[in-house]
Amino acid sequence: MSQAAGPLLSLEGLSLEFRGRGGISRVLDGVGLTVGWGETVGLVGESGSGKTVTALAIMGVLPSGALVTGGRALFRGTDLLAADERTLRRYRGSEIAMTFQLARAGLNPIRPVGRQIEDVIRHHTDLGQTEARERAIALLSQVQIPDPRRIYNAYPFELSGGMCQRVMIAMAVSCSPSLLIADEPATGLDVCTQAAVLDLIGDLAQGRQMATLLISHDLGLLGERADRIAVMHAGHVVEVAPTAALFASPRHPYSAKLISSCPRPSAGLADLVTIPGTIPDFREPLPPCRFRFRCERAAPECDEPPLPRIEAGPDHFVACRRPL
Amino acid sequence: MSASVIAQIRHGRQAISQNPLTLAAFLLLGGLVVLALFGEWMVPHDPMATGVGPRLAPPSQAHWFGTDHLGRDILSRVMVATRLDLLIALSAVTLSFAAGSAAGAAAGFYGGWVEKIVTRVVDTIMAFPLFVLAMGIMAAVGTSVANIILTVALINFPSYARIARAEVNVRRGAGYVEAARLAGNSPRRILAVHIYPNCLPPLIVQASMNMGWAILSAAGLSFIGLGVRPPTAEWGIMVADGSAFMMSGEWWVSTFPGIALMLAVLSFNLMGDGLRDMVDPRRRT
Amino acid sequence: MSNPALKMIRRRLATALPGVVGVIVVTFLLNRALPGDPAAYFAGPAATPQAIEEVRSRLGLDRSLPEQFALYLRDLARGDLGYSITTGQPVASDLRARLPASIELATCGLLLALAVALPLGVLAATRPGSGVDHVTRLLATMGNSLPVFFTGLVLVYLFYYLLGWAPPPLGRLEVFRAPPPQVTGSFLIDSLLARDPGLFAAAARQIVLPTVTLGLAALAPITRMTRASMLGVLASDYVRTARANGLAPRTVLYVYALRNAMLPVVTTLGLVFSFLLGVSVVVEKIYAWPGIGAYALEAVIASDYAPVQGFVLTMALVYVALNLLIDLVYGLIDPRIQIES
Repeated sequence: MSQAAGPLLSLEGLSLEFRGRGGISRVLDGVGLTVGWGETVGLVGESGSGKTVTALAIMGVLPSGALVTGGRALFRGTDLLAADERTLRRYRGSEIAMTFQLARAGLNPIRPVGRQIEDVIRHHTDLGQTEARERAIALLSQVQIPDPRRIYNAYPFELSGGMCQRVMIAMAVSCSPSLLIADEPATGLDVCTQAAVLDLIGDLAQGRQMATLLISHDLGLLGERADRIAVMHAGHVVEVAPTAALFASPRHPYSAKLISSCPRPSAGLADLVTIPGTIPDFREPLPPCRFRFRCERAAPECDEPPLPRIEAGPDHFVACRRPL
Repeated sequence: MSASVIAQIRHGRQAISQNPLTLAAFLLLGGLVVLALFGEWMVPHDPMATGVGPRLAPPSQAHWFGTDHLGRDILSRVMVATRLDLLIALSAVTLSFAAGSAAGAAAGFYGGWVEKIVTRVVDTIMAFPLFVLAMGIMAAVGTSVANIILTVALINFPSYARIARAEVNVRRGAGYVEAARLAGNSPRRILAVHIYPNCLPPLIVQASMNMGWAILSAAGLSFIGLGVRPPTAEWGIMVADGSAFMMSGEWWVSTFPGIALMLAVLSFNLMGDGLRDMVDPRRRT
Repeated sequence: MSNPALKMIRRRLATALPGVVGVIVVTFLLNRALPGDPAAYFAGPAATPQAIEEVRSRLGLDRSLPEQFALYLRDLARGDLGYSITTGQPVASDLRARLPASIELATCGLLLALAVALPLGVLAATRPGSGVDHVTRLLATMGNSLPVFFTGLVLVYLFYYLLGWAPPPLGRLEVFRAPPPQVTGSFLIDSLLARDPGLFAAAARQIVLPTVTLGLAALAPITRMTRASMLGVLASDYVRTARANGLAPRTVLYVYALRNAMLPVVTTLGLVFSFLLGVSVVVEKIYAWPGIGAYALEAVIASDYAPVQGFVLTMALVYVALNLLIDLVYGLIDPRIQIES
């Protein structure tokens, strides 16, 4: 795997709409982020901010009714958004892979989980059935599933949520992709399992020199594990910065609120910081900055298009006319 | 009327105007109802009178639908038969709706031996192919309009019972039920006033789908001789009368009552589809 | 077969038992609900009062109801379903003779329906909004509204009277032809086994139109369910995962989508069977098909009730057996059923 100059994944100006009975929802507007070779990038935002949809767009597995209206997703030089299905199928699962939230629902309920991993291996490699099976069992053991030979024949409903998530991770890394997109890998799991799953992803990434795009609504979680963090709000990337820089000096009002709303053991309930309002309705016409009506610093200049992109430090960008 | 009912009616009007099929079904049904109510005064000839025209005459100016083997005007008979078929279906569906939903609701709410009995009855009925059961019952009790209504009601009973039981079961633990109980309402009142009305939408959808099936069942029974008796004008019997003639080319004796049957069932089915879309747009297929 | 599978089969057999009991009880009650005096009826119109009393005691009609039920059970166990007045034969042997015709017709109709409905439903789901999709949805809605007896007659008119392609609807074979030596009871299979292609062609010609009539009736619900189920499965999370892993479209369709989509379709088949069994009676009447449905109808016309009751009992037991089969097939496909208990 040659590490050419330039990022592994470069997402530029991704815009996306959902068309439904209620109208057209402009769910993503000019989303851009990069993931370098071997680095871990965190993508954080509230529910509805568009994090998952961005990942689905990169992978090309959007639901029906979703339409990409602009942008490029350059993965090792190839624009995934412009490529045809056959090319994309070569990338998916072998060069770039994704794990999903709610892993049990994401696994075929009437097929043994080991066979599902084997399906991916046999599709992308020339391995015969026995070798693929052994590789699948080895992967199950690598993701710290006990008794992998028995679990190979198990069905998703027989496994706990944490184990299903591990199976999904095993499936994703089975062909050694250069990029793993992990969508809310720890959500819905108990705290101990959360840490274990995230540690697992981190170890796998390090051992295989795999880049990771970690998607989560939990900023604290990302703070511990990501090299850089991109903050999303209502379909916009509002700030991108190295983790330390983001926490030390967030420049976007939303990022600052997110950071301060992370619960701290020392603080009491009265100290809980909340962000007023909710994500706006994407079917209505929206101002250039979609945080405008929830922002304390809003001013008339914030209504002028376009949404700016200001360099606030080394590798640190913020989309705000009045950054902190 | 409560706000939710008003909203549902508005939603309904919207659904009907948006979907041309539902609108067409609505109009068709309206036409059938008019025929059922006023048919006997609108007919050009006496539907029971034989010899008003030549026997087995093809459709013509004088007899738009032709005449049958006894010289009766088919158009008049088809029009008049609307009332009988719709009446049978409506009575049967109303009966099975009332009995089935009450039994199912009671089973879902009280549980225990009530549920066991209702479940046993429903399972016993469903153990038979329904039309075969209807045949057996009609053969045993004899053919009359009342018996047809009761039999068709019986074979439709299970579908309402099952839906009602499931819906009541789901709502039994709901917050507003608990609140009503704490406010001192008797169980029967809670069931009747608080729970049952909320279960109505899927039951009503089922009823409109069942109308079509009830018409087909009654007509089917009459076709094989276990339903309405001649010389009554009923679509199923009329198709049976004409079946021998289909093979010798006199197609109109069976075809017009058959088309009438089809249109009636189709309009009820389309209405049912439209209603189901209104009630639960997620289930739209 | 694995142990959980055997256990599941045993459990399913046990749950079928109450259904069989219910069927027997209901048919008994129908038996006793005959209009008028059953003894006078069975004795015949020319019987003297003395003969009627003899018949009454012979049939056990002078005993109490529970005793009569016990007698009924005893007769059933011996395979005695009474006598048919019109044929003079025991009902049981009449039914046995005529059952193969019904089974052959119903099987052909079902196979035709499946062969058309399954691909159509899958195609409609994989190409939403296309011409195929619209035609399929139209077919499904219209199909539910068609009276089977009417479609049968229209088909006869079109293909026999107008076009002359189909033979006259007069049963399983032309009058002058002898049936093949009986092995399975199916004329199609038996004529092939007897290496008589001419006979096979003759039998096939006769069965085409009734099969199409039956098949059309079953088409609508199966198509509707297949399409709906497939749509749901194609939008599922696990199909998304399979796609995200780059699996070939054929693998995704057959291994991940279709198998899962078939589960609700198998369940629907139960209701389809109920419908088919009922509707086959009508089809047998239209095409003069010598099955048990036509047998019962002839008996009804002659006010001969024992065959009708035997018919209802047989149909119900066949239905119970079919439902059992469906449950077993479902349980074998879906591992969750096997393991969960």
